[in-house]
Amino acid sequence: MMSFLSSSDFWFLVGTSLAKTIFLIFLVVLPMVSYTVYAERRVSAAMQDRSGPNRVGFPISLLGFKKDFSPFLGGLGQPVADAVKFLLKEDFVPGHVNKPYFWLAPCLAMIPSIVVLAAIPFGSTFLGVDMVVANLNVGILYIFAISSVGVYGIVLAGWSSNSKYPFLGGIRSTSQMISYELGLGFSAVPVLLIAGSTSLTKITQYQVDHGWLLLPFTAGMPGLREILLWIPVVIAFVTFTICMFAETNRLPFDLPESETELVAGYHTEYSSMKFALFFLGEYTAMIAGSSLIVVLFLGGWNFPFIPDGSAGWFWGLVNISVFFGKVAVLLFFFIWVRWTLPRFRYDQLMKLGWLYIFEIALVNVFLTAGILAFTK
Amino acid sequence: MAYVVPRPNLTWKEKMYLPSIVAGLMVTIKHLKNMLSGKTKVLMQYPEEKWDAHMPEHYRGAPTLVKDTKDRERCVACQLCEFICPPRAITIVPEEIPGDSKWAKVEKRPLKFDIDMIRCIYCGMCEEVCPEQAIFLRKDYAITGITRAEMVHDKKKLYELGGVFDGLVQKWNPLK
Repeated sequence: MMSFLSSSDFWFLVGTSLAKTIFLIFLVVLPMVSYTVYAERRVSAAMQDRSGPNRVGFPISLLGFKKDFSPFLGGLGQPVADAVKFLLKEDFVPGHVNKPYFWLAPCLAMIPSIVVLAAIPFGSTFLGVDMVVANLNVGILYIFAISSVGVYGIVLAGWSSNSKYPFLGGIRSTSQMISYELGLGFSAVPVLLIAGSTSLTKITQYQVDHGWLLLPFTAGMPGLREILLWIPVVIAFVTFTICMFAETNRLPFDLPESETELVAGYHTEYSSMKFALFFLGEYTAMIAGSSLIVVLFLGGWNFPFIPDGSAGWFWGLVNISVFFGKVAVLLFFFIWVRWTLPRFRYDQLMKLGWLYIFEIALVNVFLTAGILAFTK
Repeated sequence: MAYVVPRPNLTWKEKMYLPSIVAGLMVTIKHLKNMLSGKTKVLMQYPEEKWDAHMPEHYRGAPTLVKDTKDRERCVACQLCEFICPPRAITIVPEEIPGDSKWAKVEKRPLKFDIDMIRCIYCGMCEEVCPEQAIFLRKDYAITGITRAEMVHDKKKLYELGGVFDGLVQKWNPLK
Protein backbone atom coordinates (compact mmCIF):
# COMPACT_ATOMS: atom_id res chain seq x y z
CA MET A 1 0.00 0.00 0.00
CA MET A 2 2.71 2.46 1.03
CA SER A 3 4.71 1.62 -2.06
CA PHE A 4 1.68 2.42 -4.24
CA LEU A 5 1.20 5.78 -2.51
CA SER A 6 4.78 6.80 -3.26
CA SER A 7 4.89 5.37 -6.77
CA SER A 8 4.56 7.51 -9.91
CA ASP A 9 1.38 5.57 -10.80
CA PHE A 10 -0.34 7.11 -7.80
CA TRP A 11 0.60 10.65 -8.76
CA PHE A 12 -0.43 9.95 -12.36
CA LEU A 13 -3.82 8.77 -11.05
CA VAL A 14 -4.21 11.86 -8.83
CA GLY A 15 -3.17 14.22 -11.63
CA THR A 16 -5.42 12.73 -14.30
CA SER A 17 -8.37 12.48 -11.91
CA LEU A 18 -8.01 16.14 -10.97
CA ALA A 19 -7.66 17.15 -14.62
CA LYS A 20 -10.71 15.10 -15.58
CA THR A 21 -12.77 16.51 -12.70
CA ILE A 22 -11.88 20.10 -13.55
CA PHE A 23 -12.56 19.51 -17.25
CA LEU A 24 -15.89 17.78 -16.57
CA ILE A 25 -17.26 20.15 -13.93
CA PHE A 26 -15.91 23.55 -14.89
CA LEU A 27 -15.50 23.30 -18.64
CA VAL A 28 -18.41 21.07 -19.56
CA VAL A 29 -21.14 20.64 -16.98
CA LEU A 30 -21.42 24.09 -15.40
CA PRO A 31 -21.43 25.94 -18.76
CA MET A 32 -23.88 23.33 -19.98
CA VAL A 33 -26.09 24.02 -16.94
CA SER A 34 -26.17 27.75 -17.55
CA TYR A 35 -26.90 27.33 -21.24
CA THR A 36 -29.57 24.74 -20.47
CA VAL A 37 -31.29 27.43 -18.43
CA TYR A 38 -30.95 29.77 -21.42
CA ALA A 39 -32.21 27.04 -23.79
CA GLU A 40 -35.11 26.36 -21.45
CA ARG A 41 -36.15 30.00 -21.64
CA ARG A 42 -35.72 30.30 -25.39
CA VAL A 43 -37.40 26.97 -26.24
CA SER A 44 -40.30 27.57 -23.87
CA ALA A 45 -40.72 31.01 -25.42
CA ALA A 46 -40.72 29.62 -28.94
CA MET A 47 -43.24 26.93 -27.97
CA GLN A 48 -45.54 29.62 -26.62
CA ASP A 49 -45.01 31.93 -29.63
CA ARG A 50 -42.88 34.41 -27.69
CA SER A 51 -39.28 35.35 -28.37
CA GLY A 52 -37.61 34.89 -24.97
CA PRO A 53 -34.35 36.50 -23.80
CA ASN A 54 -32.82 37.75 -27.06
CA ARG A 55 -31.05 40.96 -26.04
CA VAL A 56 -28.13 40.41 -23.68
CA GLY A 57 -24.87 40.13 -25.59
CA PHE A 58 -21.31 40.22 -24.34
CA PRO A 59 -20.40 43.83 -23.47
CA ILE A 60 -16.94 43.74 -25.06
CA SER A 61 -17.27 47.42 -25.91
CA LEU A 62 -16.22 47.90 -22.26
CA LEU A 63 -12.87 46.34 -23.21
CA GLY A 64 -12.33 48.80 -26.04
CA PHE A 65 -13.99 47.02 -28.96
CA LYS A 66 -16.24 48.99 -31.28
CA LYS A 67 -19.47 47.05 -30.80
CA ASP A 68 -20.93 44.65 -28.28
CA PHE A 69 -20.70 41.02 -29.33
CA SER A 70 -24.15 39.48 -29.70
CA PRO A 71 -23.82 36.37 -31.88
CA PHE A 72 -26.39 34.69 -34.05
CA LEU A 73 -29.34 34.03 -31.74
CA GLY A 74 -28.97 36.98 -29.40
CA GLY A 75 -29.23 36.71 -25.64
CA LEU A 76 -26.20 34.44 -25.32
CA GLY A 77 -24.86 36.70 -22.57
CA GLN A 78 -27.98 36.04 -20.48
CA PRO A 79 -26.44 33.24 -18.32
CA VAL A 80 -23.53 35.53 -17.40
CA ALA A 81 -25.92 38.32 -16.47
CA ASP A 82 -28.03 35.88 -14.43
CA ALA A 83 -24.97 34.64 -12.55
CA VAL A 84 -23.83 38.18 -11.76
CA LYS A 85 -27.30 39.04 -10.56
CA PHE A 86 -27.45 36.01 -8.26
CA LEU A 87 -24.04 36.84 -6.80
CA LEU A 88 -24.85 40.48 -6.16
CA LYS A 89 -28.33 40.07 -4.73
CA GLU A 90 -28.94 40.39 -1.01
CA ASP A 91 -28.73 37.00 0.67
CA PHE A 92 -31.71 37.33 2.95
CA VAL A 93 -32.21 34.76 5.71
CA PRO A 94 -35.63 35.05 7.37
CA GLY A 95 -35.58 35.20 11.16
CA HIS A 96 -37.83 32.19 11.71
CA VAL A 97 -35.68 29.57 9.99
CA ASN A 98 -33.53 26.85 11.51
CA LYS A 99 -30.23 28.37 10.42
CA PRO A 100 -27.73 25.45 10.31
CA TYR A 101 -30.08 23.27 8.26
CA PHE A 102 -31.19 26.27 6.21
CA TRP A 103 -27.55 26.76 5.18
CA LEU A 104 -26.91 23.05 4.69
CA ALA A 105 -29.89 22.39 2.40
CA PRO A 106 -28.68 24.22 -0.76
CA CYS A 107 -25.31 22.45 -0.53
CA LEU A 108 -27.07 19.11 -0.23
CA ALA A 109 -29.13 19.94 -3.30
CA MET A 110 -26.07 20.76 -5.41
CA ILE A 111 -23.37 18.34 -4.22
CA PRO A 112 -25.00 14.94 -4.92
CA SER A 113 -25.84 15.84 -8.49
CA ILE A 114 -22.22 16.84 -9.14
CA VAL A 115 -20.77 13.83 -7.31
CA VAL A 116 -22.96 11.51 -9.39
CA LEU A 117 -21.11 12.65 -12.51
CA ALA A 118 -17.90 11.01 -11.22
CA ALA A 119 -19.00 7.53 -12.26
CA ILE A 120 -20.27 8.49 -15.72
CA PRO A 121 -17.98 7.42 -18.60
CA PHE A 122 -18.25 10.54 -20.76
CA GLY A 123 -15.76 9.45 -23.41
CA SER A 124 -13.70 6.46 -24.51
CA THR A 125 -10.03 7.26 -23.92
CA PHE A 126 -8.05 10.43 -24.48
CA LEU A 127 -4.27 10.06 -24.84
CA GLY A 128 -4.59 6.62 -23.23
CA VAL A 129 -6.51 7.88 -20.17
CA ASP A 130 -10.01 6.51 -19.53
CA MET A 131 -12.55 9.32 -19.76
CA VAL A 132 -14.30 8.53 -16.50
CA VAL A 133 -13.36 10.16 -13.22
CA ALA A 134 -13.95 7.06 -11.09
CA ASN A 135 -14.16 3.76 -12.92
CA LEU A 136 -16.27 1.97 -10.30
CA ASN A 137 -17.32 -1.63 -10.79
CA VAL A 138 -20.58 -0.81 -8.96
CA GLY A 139 -21.08 2.44 -10.85
CA ILE A 140 -24.84 2.28 -11.17
CA LEU A 141 -25.39 1.37 -7.52
CA TYR A 142 -23.15 4.30 -6.56
CA ILE A 143 -25.21 6.63 -8.72
CA PHE A 144 -28.53 5.46 -7.26
CA ALA A 145 -27.15 5.73 -3.74
CA ILE A 146 -25.80 9.26 -4.19
CA SER A 147 -28.67 10.66 -6.22
CA SER A 148 -31.16 9.65 -3.53
CA VAL A 149 -29.17 11.77 -1.08
CA GLY A 150 -30.27 14.72 -3.22
CA VAL A 151 -33.74 14.47 -1.70
CA TYR A 152 -32.30 15.51 1.67
CA GLY A 153 -31.51 18.95 0.26
CA ILE A 154 -35.16 19.46 -0.62
CA VAL A 155 -36.54 17.91 2.57
CA LEU A 156 -34.18 19.92 4.78
CA ALA A 157 -34.97 23.10 2.88
CA GLY A 158 -38.67 22.49 3.34
CA TRP A 159 -38.36 21.64 7.00
CA SER A 160 -35.82 24.24 8.10
CA SER A 161 -37.69 27.07 6.35
CA ASN A 162 -40.25 26.72 9.14
CA SER A 163 -43.15 27.91 7.02
CA LYS A 164 -46.07 26.03 5.56
CA TYR A 165 -45.55 26.04 1.79
CA PRO A 166 -41.91 24.94 1.85
CA PHE A 167 -42.90 22.30 4.39
CA LEU A 168 -45.60 20.91 2.08
CA GLY A 169 -43.09 20.93 -0.77
CA GLY A 170 -40.56 19.01 1.30
CA ILE A 171 -43.15 16.42 2.35
CA ARG A 172 -44.29 15.89 -1.22
CA SER A 173 -40.71 15.53 -2.34
CA THR A 174 -40.03 12.82 0.22
CA SER A 175 -42.92 10.61 -0.80
CA GLN A 176 -42.35 11.25 -4.49
CA MET A 177 -38.69 10.28 -4.32
CA ILE A 178 -39.41 7.12 -2.36
CA SER A 179 -42.08 5.98 -4.81
CA TYR A 180 -40.04 6.67 -7.93
CA GLU A 181 -36.68 5.43 -6.66
CA LEU A 182 -38.05 1.86 -6.76
CA GLY A 183 -39.25 2.16 -10.32
CA LEU A 184 -35.95 3.75 -11.32
CA GLY A 185 -33.91 0.94 -9.81
CA PHE A 186 -36.06 -1.82 -11.29
CA SER A 187 -36.03 -0.21 -14.75
CA ALA A 188 -32.25 -0.31 -14.76
CA VAL A 189 -32.11 -4.01 -13.84
CA PRO A 190 -32.85 -5.34 -17.39
CA VAL A 191 -29.86 -3.36 -18.68
CA LEU A 192 -27.65 -4.83 -15.97
CA LEU A 193 -28.90 -8.34 -16.83
CA ILE A 194 -28.22 -7.87 -20.53
CA ALA A 195 -24.78 -6.32 -20.10
CA GLY A 196 -23.94 -8.64 -17.21
CA SER A 197 -22.26 -5.91 -15.16
CA THR A 198 -23.00 -2.94 -12.94
CA SER A 199 -19.95 -1.08 -14.18
CA LEU A 200 -21.02 1.76 -16.48
CA THR A 201 -17.81 1.37 -18.51
CA LYS A 202 -18.62 -2.29 -19.15
CA ILE A 203 -22.23 -1.44 -20.04
CA THR A 204 -20.96 1.07 -22.60
CA GLN A 205 -18.46 -1.46 -23.95
CA TYR A 206 -21.26 -4.03 -24.34
CA GLN A 207 -23.22 -1.51 -26.41
CA VAL A 208 -20.17 -0.75 -28.54
CA ASP A 209 -19.89 -4.47 -29.35
CA HIS A 210 -23.58 -5.42 -29.65
CA GLY A 211 -25.22 -2.14 -30.75
CA TRP A 212 -26.94 0.45 -28.57
CA LEU A 213 -29.57 -1.20 -26.43
CA LEU A 214 -32.34 1.03 -27.75
CA LEU A 215 -31.11 0.93 -31.38
CA PRO A 216 -29.51 -2.52 -31.80
CA PHE A 217 -28.73 -2.01 -35.50
CA THR A 218 -25.91 0.46 -34.77
CA ALA A 219 -23.48 -2.49 -34.74
CA GLY A 220 -24.66 -4.22 -37.92
CA MET A 221 -27.74 -6.42 -38.41
CA PRO A 222 -29.07 -7.46 -34.99
CA GLY A 223 -29.57 -11.18 -34.33
CA LEU A 224 -32.74 -12.80 -32.94
CA ARG A 225 -31.50 -12.28 -29.37
CA GLU A 226 -31.04 -8.54 -29.85
CA ILE A 227 -34.43 -8.19 -31.53
CA LEU A 228 -36.21 -10.10 -28.74
CA LEU A 229 -34.33 -8.15 -26.08
CA TRP A 230 -35.34 -4.90 -27.74
CA ILE A 231 -38.92 -5.26 -26.38
CA PRO A 232 -38.01 -5.21 -22.66
CA VAL A 233 -35.37 -2.56 -23.34
CA VAL A 234 -37.95 -0.18 -24.83
CA ILE A 235 -40.25 -0.75 -21.84
CA ALA A 236 -37.33 -0.20 -19.47
CA PHE A 237 -36.33 2.96 -21.35
CA VAL A 238 -39.82 4.45 -21.07
CA THR A 239 -40.21 3.65 -17.36
CA PHE A 240 -36.64 4.75 -16.61
CA THR A 241 -37.14 8.08 -18.38
CA ILE A 242 -40.45 8.70 -16.59
CA CYS A 243 -38.81 7.92 -13.24
CA MET A 244 -35.91 10.18 -14.14
CA PHE A 245 -38.36 13.04 -14.69
CA ALA A 246 -39.77 12.38 -11.23
CA GLU A 247 -36.31 12.02 -9.72
CA THR A 248 -35.13 15.37 -11.08
CA ASN A 249 -38.44 17.12 -10.19
CA ARG A 250 -39.12 18.06 -13.80
CA LEU A 251 -42.48 19.27 -14.82
CA PRO A 252 -45.06 16.54 -15.01
CA PHE A 253 -43.75 15.62 -11.55
CA ASP A 254 -42.60 18.95 -10.09
CA LEU A 255 -44.88 18.75 -7.08
CA PRO A 256 -42.20 19.82 -4.55
CA GLU A 257 -41.98 23.12 -6.35
CA SER A 258 -45.46 23.55 -7.81
CA GLU A 259 -45.57 27.31 -8.35
CA THR A 260 -49.32 27.50 -8.75
CA GLU A 261 -50.11 25.88 -5.41
CA LEU A 262 -47.08 26.25 -3.13
CA VAL A 263 -45.67 29.67 -4.12
CA ALA A 264 -42.26 28.18 -4.96
CA GLY A 265 -42.36 25.01 -2.89
CA TYR A 266 -39.28 24.11 -0.90
CA HIS A 267 -37.22 27.16 -1.93
CA THR A 268 -39.84 29.80 -1.16
CA GLU A 269 -37.74 31.27 1.68
CA TYR A 270 -34.45 31.23 -0.24
CA SER A 271 -32.89 34.11 -2.11
CA SER A 272 -29.70 35.03 -3.91
CA MET A 273 -26.99 32.40 -4.30
CA LYS A 274 -28.74 29.89 -2.04
CA PHE A 275 -31.70 29.86 -4.40
CA ALA A 276 -29.28 29.68 -7.32
CA LEU A 277 -27.74 26.54 -5.82
CA PHE A 278 -31.14 24.82 -5.81
CA PHE A 279 -31.63 25.97 -9.36
CA LEU A 280 -28.20 24.79 -10.50
CA GLY A 281 -28.66 21.57 -8.57
CA GLU A 282 -31.87 20.83 -10.46
CA TYR A 283 -30.23 21.39 -13.82
CA THR A 284 -27.07 19.48 -12.87
CA ALA A 285 -29.31 16.61 -11.79
CA MET A 286 -30.96 16.84 -15.20
CA ILE A 287 -27.57 16.55 -16.88
CA ALA A 288 -26.56 13.65 -14.63
CA GLY A 289 -29.87 11.91 -15.32
CA SER A 290 -29.57 12.41 -19.08
CA SER A 291 -25.98 11.12 -18.94
CA LEU A 292 -27.21 8.02 -17.15
CA ILE A 293 -29.92 7.43 -19.78
CA VAL A 294 -27.32 7.89 -22.51
CA VAL A 295 -24.94 5.42 -20.86
CA LEU A 296 -27.61 2.81 -20.16
CA PHE A 297 -29.71 2.93 -23.32
CA LEU A 298 -28.13 5.08 -26.01
CA GLY A 299 -24.64 3.64 -26.29
CA GLY A 300 -22.70 6.18 -24.22
CA TRP A 301 -19.95 7.82 -26.27
CA ASN A 302 -20.35 5.33 -29.13
CA PHE A 303 -21.46 6.42 -32.58
CA PRO A 304 -21.55 4.08 -35.59
CA PHE A 305 -18.42 4.21 -37.80
CA ILE A 306 -16.51 6.48 -35.42
CA PRO A 307 -13.47 4.79 -33.87
CA ASP A 308 -12.74 5.06 -30.16
CA GLY A 309 -9.92 6.96 -28.48
CA SER A 310 -7.25 4.34 -29.26
CA ALA A 311 -7.29 5.62 -32.88
CA GLY A 312 -5.85 9.00 -31.84
CA TRP A 313 -6.56 11.97 -29.60
CA PHE A 314 -8.86 13.56 -32.17
CA TRP A 315 -11.23 10.61 -32.06
CA GLY A 316 -11.10 10.73 -28.25
CA LEU A 317 -12.39 14.30 -28.42
CA VAL A 318 -15.03 13.30 -30.99
CA ASN A 319 -16.26 10.57 -28.61
CA ILE A 320 -16.59 13.10 -25.79
CA SER A 321 -18.52 15.46 -28.09
CA VAL A 322 -20.79 12.62 -29.22
CA PHE A 323 -21.60 11.82 -25.59
CA PHE A 324 -22.48 15.40 -24.70
CA GLY A 325 -24.34 15.79 -27.98
CA LYS A 326 -26.59 12.91 -26.97
CA VAL A 327 -26.99 14.47 -23.51
CA ALA A 328 -27.97 17.77 -25.15
CA VAL A 329 -30.64 16.01 -27.24
CA LEU A 330 -32.07 14.44 -24.08
CA LEU A 331 -31.96 17.81 -22.31
CA PHE A 332 -33.99 19.26 -25.17
CA PHE A 333 -36.44 16.40 -24.67
CA PHE A 334 -36.67 17.26 -20.95
CA ILE A 335 -37.43 20.89 -21.83
CA TRP A 336 -39.86 19.89 -24.56
CA VAL A 337 -41.84 17.68 -22.18
CA ARG A 338 -41.83 20.35 -19.49
CA TRP A 339 -43.51 22.89 -21.73
CA THR A 340 -46.06 20.40 -23.04
CA LEU A 341 -47.53 18.55 -20.09
CA PRO A 342 -49.48 19.88 -17.13
CA ARG A 343 -48.58 18.82 -13.59
CA PHE A 344 -49.97 15.57 -12.16
CA ARG A 345 -52.30 15.74 -9.22
CA TYR A 346 -50.70 14.35 -6.07
CA ASP A 347 -52.80 11.16 -5.91
CA GLN A 348 -52.32 10.57 -9.64
CA LEU A 349 -48.57 10.84 -9.12
CA MET A 350 -48.61 8.26 -6.32
CA LYS A 351 -50.92 5.97 -8.30
CA LEU A 352 -48.71 6.15 -11.37
CA GLY A 353 -45.59 5.42 -9.36
CA TRP A 354 -46.84 2.59 -7.19
CA LEU A 355 -49.52 0.93 -9.35
CA TYR A 356 -48.05 1.21 -12.85
CA ILE A 357 -44.36 2.09 -13.14
CA PHE A 358 -43.26 -0.17 -10.28
CA GLU A 359 -45.25 -3.20 -11.55
CA ILE A 360 -44.26 -2.71 -15.18
CA ALA A 361 -40.59 -2.44 -14.23
CA LEU A 362 -40.83 -5.51 -12.00
CA VAL A 363 -42.48 -7.67 -14.68
CA ASN A 364 -39.99 -6.34 -17.19
CA VAL A 365 -37.11 -7.74 -15.12
CA PHE A 366 -38.60 -11.26 -15.36
CA LEU A 367 -39.34 -10.80 -19.07
CA THR A 368 -35.71 -9.89 -19.72
CA ALA A 369 -34.45 -12.75 -17.60
CA GLY A 370 -36.74 -15.18 -19.50
CA ILE A 371 -35.57 -13.96 -22.90
CA LEU A 372 -31.94 -14.15 -21.79
CA ALA A 373 -32.44 -17.70 -20.50
CA PHE A 374 -34.14 -18.92 -23.69
CA THR A 375 -31.72 -17.35 -26.15
CA LYS A 376 -28.60 -18.45 -24.29
CA MET B 1 -80.44 15.70 -4.89
CA ALA B 2 -76.76 15.83 -5.56
CA TYR B 3 -75.65 16.24 -9.12
CA VAL B 4 -73.18 13.60 -10.24
CA VAL B 5 -70.69 14.84 -12.79
CA PRO B 6 -70.74 12.34 -15.66
CA ARG B 7 -67.25 11.00 -16.18
CA PRO B 8 -66.45 9.89 -19.71
CA ASN B 9 -65.61 6.21 -20.15
CA LEU B 10 -62.03 6.19 -21.34
CA THR B 11 -60.77 3.60 -23.75
CA TRP B 12 -57.60 1.69 -22.83
CA LYS B 13 -55.69 3.88 -25.29
CA GLU B 14 -56.77 7.03 -23.47
CA LYS B 15 -56.02 5.48 -20.08
CA MET B 16 -52.42 4.78 -21.17
CA TYR B 17 -51.69 8.56 -21.36
CA LEU B 18 -48.83 7.96 -23.78
CA PRO B 19 -50.68 8.58 -27.10
CA SER B 20 -52.07 11.87 -25.85
CA ILE B 21 -48.64 12.84 -24.49
CA VAL B 22 -47.15 12.25 -27.94
CA ALA B 23 -49.98 14.29 -29.51
CA GLY B 24 -49.22 17.12 -27.07
CA LEU B 25 -45.51 16.96 -27.85
CA MET B 26 -46.35 17.28 -31.55
CA VAL B 27 -48.37 20.44 -30.88
CA THR B 28 -45.53 22.16 -29.04
CA ILE B 29 -42.87 21.11 -31.55
CA LYS B 30 -45.06 22.51 -34.34
CA HIS B 31 -45.09 25.88 -32.57
CA LEU B 32 -41.30 25.70 -32.12
CA LYS B 33 -40.86 24.87 -35.82
CA ASN B 34 -43.10 27.73 -36.93
CA MET B 35 -41.18 30.08 -34.64
CA LEU B 36 -37.79 29.00 -35.97
CA SER B 37 -38.91 29.22 -39.60
CA GLY B 38 -40.24 32.73 -38.96
CA LYS B 39 -43.86 31.78 -39.72
CA THR B 40 -45.09 32.93 -36.31
CA LYS B 41 -45.67 36.64 -35.93
CA VAL B 42 -43.87 37.73 -32.76
CA LEU B 43 -45.17 40.53 -30.58
CA MET B 44 -43.87 44.06 -31.05
CA GLN B 45 -40.18 44.32 -30.09
CA TYR B 46 -40.76 47.40 -27.98
CA PRO B 47 -37.75 49.72 -27.91
CA GLU B 48 -37.04 49.14 -31.61
CA GLU B 49 -40.65 49.12 -32.80
CA LYS B 50 -43.02 51.55 -31.16
CA TRP B 51 -46.72 52.15 -31.04
CA ASP B 52 -46.37 55.51 -32.79
CA ALA B 53 -47.32 54.27 -36.26
CA HIS B 54 -50.24 52.20 -34.95
CA MET B 55 -51.72 54.83 -32.69
CA PRO B 56 -55.44 55.44 -33.30
CA GLU B 57 -56.58 58.94 -34.20
CA HIS B 58 -58.47 59.41 -30.93
CA TYR B 59 -55.60 58.32 -28.66
CA ARG B 60 -55.33 60.31 -25.44
CA GLY B 61 -51.68 60.75 -24.57
CA ALA B 62 -49.94 63.44 -22.57
CA PRO B 63 -51.74 66.81 -22.31
CA THR B 64 -49.87 69.64 -24.05
CA LEU B 65 -50.27 73.34 -24.77
CA VAL B 66 -50.35 74.61 -28.35
CA LYS B 67 -49.53 77.88 -30.08
CA ASP B 68 -51.16 79.24 -33.21
CA THR B 69 -49.39 80.01 -36.45
CA LYS B 70 -48.58 83.56 -35.32
CA ASP B 71 -46.61 82.12 -32.39
CA ARG B 72 -49.18 83.37 -29.92
CA GLU B 73 -50.04 81.20 -26.99
CA ARG B 74 -53.70 80.25 -27.14
CA CYS B 75 -54.05 79.84 -23.39
CA VAL B 76 -55.69 82.84 -21.70
CA ALA B 77 -55.18 81.53 -18.15
CA CYS B 78 -58.93 81.15 -17.47
CA GLN B 79 -58.04 78.26 -15.13
CA LEU B 80 -61.04 76.14 -16.19
CA CYS B 81 -58.75 73.16 -16.78
CA GLU B 82 -57.24 73.64 -13.34
CA PHE B 83 -60.71 73.49 -11.78
CA ILE B 84 -62.02 70.56 -13.84
CA CYS B 85 -58.91 68.40 -13.48
CA PRO B 86 -60.08 65.38 -11.41
CA PRO B 87 -56.68 64.51 -9.86
CA ARG B 88 -55.71 68.23 -9.58
CA ALA B 89 -52.62 67.77 -11.68
CA ILE B 90 -52.74 71.26 -13.25
CA THR B 91 -51.44 74.37 -11.49
CA ILE B 92 -51.75 77.74 -13.24
CA VAL B 93 -50.41 81.11 -12.10
CA PRO B 94 -52.05 83.79 -14.32
CA GLU B 95 -50.41 87.02 -15.29
CA GLU B 96 -51.75 90.24 -16.83
CA ILE B 97 -50.59 91.03 -20.32
CA PRO B 98 -48.98 94.49 -20.27
CA GLY B 99 -50.99 97.27 -21.97
CA ASP B 100 -48.35 98.04 -24.60
CA SER B 101 -48.33 94.48 -25.86
CA LYS B 102 -49.75 93.62 -29.26
CA TRP B 103 -52.13 91.11 -27.60
CA ALA B 104 -53.19 93.42 -24.77
CA LYS B 105 -56.89 92.90 -25.49
CA VAL B 106 -56.56 89.25 -24.37
CA GLU B 107 -55.80 90.58 -20.87
CA LYS B 108 -54.44 87.36 -19.29
CA ARG B 109 -51.81 84.78 -19.98
CA PRO B 110 -50.29 82.00 -17.86
CA LEU B 111 -47.13 82.97 -16.02
CA LYS B 112 -46.73 79.40 -14.86
CA PHE B 113 -48.50 76.35 -16.25
CA ASP B 114 -47.49 73.09 -14.56
CA ILE B 115 -48.97 69.64 -15.19
CA ASP B 116 -47.85 66.99 -12.73
CA MET B 117 -47.58 63.89 -14.91
CA ILE B 118 -47.48 61.63 -11.85
CA ARG B 119 -51.02 62.79 -11.01
CA CYS B 120 -52.42 63.12 -14.55
CA ILE B 121 -54.90 60.37 -15.41
CA TYR B 122 -55.11 61.21 -19.13
CA CYS B 123 -58.89 61.71 -18.90
CA GLY B 124 -58.98 64.55 -21.44
CA MET B 125 -61.30 66.79 -19.42
CA CYS B 126 -58.88 69.72 -19.70
CA GLU B 127 -59.04 69.43 -23.46
CA GLU B 128 -62.83 69.23 -23.37
CA VAL B 129 -63.30 72.21 -21.09
CA CYS B 130 -60.82 74.59 -22.72
CA PRO B 131 -62.73 77.47 -24.39
CA GLU B 132 -59.68 78.59 -26.34
CA GLN B 133 -58.62 75.20 -27.74
CA ALA B 134 -55.25 75.68 -26.13
CA ILE B 135 -54.73 72.34 -24.41
CA PHE B 136 -54.74 69.07 -26.29
CA LEU B 137 -53.98 65.46 -25.46
CA ARG B 138 -51.30 64.38 -27.93
CA LYS B 139 -49.86 60.95 -28.64
CA ASP B 140 -46.88 60.94 -26.27
CA TYR B 141 -47.32 58.03 -23.86
CA ALA B 142 -43.88 57.21 -22.54
CA ILE B 143 -43.48 59.99 -19.99
CA THR B 144 -40.52 59.05 -17.80
CA GLY B 145 -38.26 60.74 -15.33
CA ILE B 146 -35.83 59.95 -12.56
CA THR B 147 -37.11 62.44 -9.98
CA ARG B 148 -40.57 63.70 -9.05
CA ALA B 149 -39.58 67.21 -10.07
CA GLU B 150 -38.70 65.95 -13.51
CA MET B 151 -42.19 64.53 -13.92
CA VAL B 152 -43.79 67.96 -13.61
CA HIS B 153 -44.16 69.46 -17.08
CA ASP B 154 -43.73 73.21 -16.99
CA LYS B 155 -44.93 75.71 -19.61
CA LYS B 156 -41.82 75.43 -21.76
CA LYS B 157 -41.98 71.65 -21.89
CA LEU B 158 -45.72 71.70 -22.61
CA TYR B 159 -45.29 74.04 -25.59
CA GLU B 160 -42.38 71.95 -26.79
CA LEU B 161 -44.55 68.81 -26.79
CA GLY B 162 -47.59 70.60 -28.20
CA GLY B 163 -46.14 72.54 -31.10
CA VAL B 164 -48.26 74.64 -33.42
CA PHE B 165 -51.93 74.18 -34.32
CA ASP B 166 -53.29 75.89 -37.39
CA GLY B 167 -56.74 77.47 -37.27
CA LEU B 168 -59.77 75.88 -35.70
CA VAL B 169 -59.39 72.33 -34.63
CA GLN B 170 -62.18 69.77 -34.77
CA LYS B 171 -62.42 69.75 -31.04
CA TRP B 172 -65.83 68.13 -30.69
CA ASN B 173 -64.87 65.22 -32.83
CA PRO B 174 -67.04 62.34 -31.52
CA LEU B 175 -64.03 60.05 -31.63
CA LYS B 176 -62.09 62.20 -29.20
